[in-house]
Amino acid sequence: MTTASPEARPAGKEAGAPAPVLAVEGLEVRYGRGRRGRSALRDVSLSVAPGETVGVIGETGSGKSTLARAVLGLVRASAGSIRVGGEEVTGYGNRRWRALRRRGIVQYVFQDPLRSLDPDLTIEDSLIEPLLIQGVERTEAVDRARAFLDRVHLSAELLGRLPGELSGGQRQRVAVARALVTEPALVILDEPVSALDSANRVQVLEILKELRAAGTSLVFISHDLGSIAGTADRIAVLYRGELVEVGAARDVINHPRHVYTRLLVGSAPTLHARTADRSEREALRARLAG
Amino acid sequence: MRTLSRNTAAGSAPQHAPAAPAAPPVIAVRDVRISDRVTDREIVHGVGFELTPGKAVGIVGESGSGKTLTCRAVLGILPPHFEVSGGSVEIDGTDIATLTPRQWTALRGTTVGAVFQDPASYLNPSIRVGAQIAEVIRVKKGVKRREARRQALELLRAVRLRDPELVYGQYTYELSGGMLQRVLIAAAIAVEPRALIADEATTALDVTVQAEILDLLAELRERTGLALVVVSHDLAVVAQLCDEVLVMRQGEVVEQGPTHSVLHDPQHAYTRLLMAEHEQYGLDKFLTPKEAS
Repeated sequence: MTTASPEARPAGKEAGAPAPVLAVEGLEVRYGRGRRGRSALRDVSLSVAPGETVGVIGETGSGKSTLARAVLGLVRASAGSIRVGGEEVTGYGNRRWRALRRRGIVQYVFQDPLRSLDPDLTIEDSLIEPLLIQGVERTEAVDRARAFLDRVHLSAELLGRLPGELSGGQRQRVAVARALVTEPALVILDEPVSALDSANRVQVLEILKELRAAGTSLVFISHDLGSIAGTADRIAVLYRGELVEVGAARDVINHPRHVYTRLLVGSAPTLHARTADRSEREALRARLAG
Repeated sequence: MRTLSRNTAAGSAPQHAPAAPAAPPVIAVRDVRISDRVTDREIVHGVGFELTPGKAVGIVGESGSGKTLTCRAVLGILPPHFEVSGGSVEIDGTDIATLTPRQWTALRGTTVGAVFQDPASYLNPSIRVGAQIAEVIRVKKGVKRREARRQALELLRAVRLRDPELVYGQYTYELSGGMLQRVLIAAAIAVEPRALIADEATTALDVTVQAEILDLLAELRERTGLALVVVSHDLAVVAQLCDEVLVMRQGEVVEQGPTHSVLHDPQHAYTRLLMAEHEQYGLDKFLTPKEAS
C-alpha cells in the first residue's frame, strides 16, 4: 500500500498545520547510569497539533508513563528534545519547569486522582488553586471553577467536600476539571480511566470526547486500546520503549502494520468481530520473539 | 435450548466440544444456594450447570454478583460463615457435602484444579517456583524427586514458558504477572485434573498476555480434554473460550445458554447492558469485520 518507512503513516493534520502544541523528537530516557543503566524510551518522536487528541497505547514496561513524566518535566531526557507550546523545555531545571507549570500551559491527570488532588484541600480550593497561582482573583476563580465542574457533569454541591468524601469516579472528574481550569494548551492523561468501573469510565471518556470537540489538545495514555480507539484522532503504539507505529486511529486498529500492533489488536477480546485466531496470534508471537 | 433464570441448563449440548455427548459430568452444580450464616441471608440464589469433559462454561458478572462464591462452593473453600444452603455440587458423581477433609484433599488438584487473579499469593516467595511444582507432583503422584523435577520442567514447557530450565530456578519476584500465571497453571495441571476453574485468572494481565493465557487454556482443553470453568467480569473473555455462559447479577443467574445464542439474542436487559458497554468502549465498534481467510 504505502512505501513510507518504517511504520510512519502520513499524519494528515501535520502538513501546513499550525505549530504543534507538543513536539517530541528523538527522545531517550535512561534510568540508572553507565552499564547498569537501562533506557526506558529510545528515539521517540511524536507531535500533537492544536486541538488534536493523540492516544498512546502501551502495555507494562512499554515506557508510556515515562513518556508522560518526561513531557511534564518529572524525568530528564537523556537525549532528544521536547517542545511544549513552542517552547524548548528539554534542558529546563526544576525552577523553570515549575514556572512553566504555574502558567498552566500543560496539565495532567493521573490514574489515581488522589495523586492529582491534595487530600487536605476542599474540591473548591483544589479547583481554584491553579487560578490563584496565575493571579486570578478569588471570586472570579470560584466562578470559573464552578463552570468547569459543570463541564465534567458534577454538581456544585461537591465544592465544599474533601477528595476522600467523593467516589473514585467523581474524584477523577474533579481531577479533569482541575486540569482544565487554566485552559491549558495541552493535557496529559496517564491511564485516566483504568481505575474506574465501567459506568464511571464511560462518563470520563464522554468528557474527554467533549474536550476534544471543544478543541483542547490531549495526550491520552493507556494500556486499553478500546478506550483510546473512541477518543483519539491518532494512535501511537509504544512497545518496549520504542514507538513502533503512529497513524490515524481507525487505520491503526483496522490495518495495523507492526507485528506488535497486529498482536495487540488481535489479542483484544471482542464479542463478535474475531480479530485473530489462535494460530495467527501464535505466529505473531513467534515473530516478535524471534 | 435456552434456559432463563434459575433453571439448570443440563441439556444444552456443547457446540464443538470434542467429548462424547454421553460422558458423565466432571462437575455438576444443581441449583446451588449460598447463605451467610451470620446474617442468615441468602447471597447466591440458585446456580446450576454441568461440566462434561472438554467443555467450557463461563460465568460472567460484576463484583458481588456471586460468581466467585459459586466457584469457591464448588471447590469446597467457601469463606468462613458462608455455607451451601441449598442444592448440590457433584464432582465425578460424588456429592461434595458427603466428603471428608481427607477425601477433599485427594480430590483437589487431581480432579479439580483452580487458578485465581493474583498468582503471586498462591506461590511461596522464598522457594524456587520449579521446586514448588515438583513438590506438588512428588506428593500427589508419589514419584521420586528426580522424576518430579523432570515432570515439572515438562509442565513449564507445556504452558509455553520460553526457558523452562531458567524459570524452574527462579523466584516469584523475578517473574512477570503473565509468567507467574503460567507457573500457577502448570502447578494446577500438574496432576492432570479433569477440570480447571479459572477465576478472573487473566484480569490483572496486559491484553496480549491475557490472550496468551486464554490461548493456552484453549489448547490444553483441546489436547487433554480439560474441562474449564472460566469466571470473568468481561463477557468477551468468556465468549472467546466457552460453550455455555451464565450471566450473574446480585446472586442470581439472569441468563444462561449456549454462548452464541446469548451473544446473538440476549434475553435479559442486564446481558444487553453488558454487551452495549462492550460495544461502545471495546474494540468491536471500531473494527471493520475481517473477511474470512
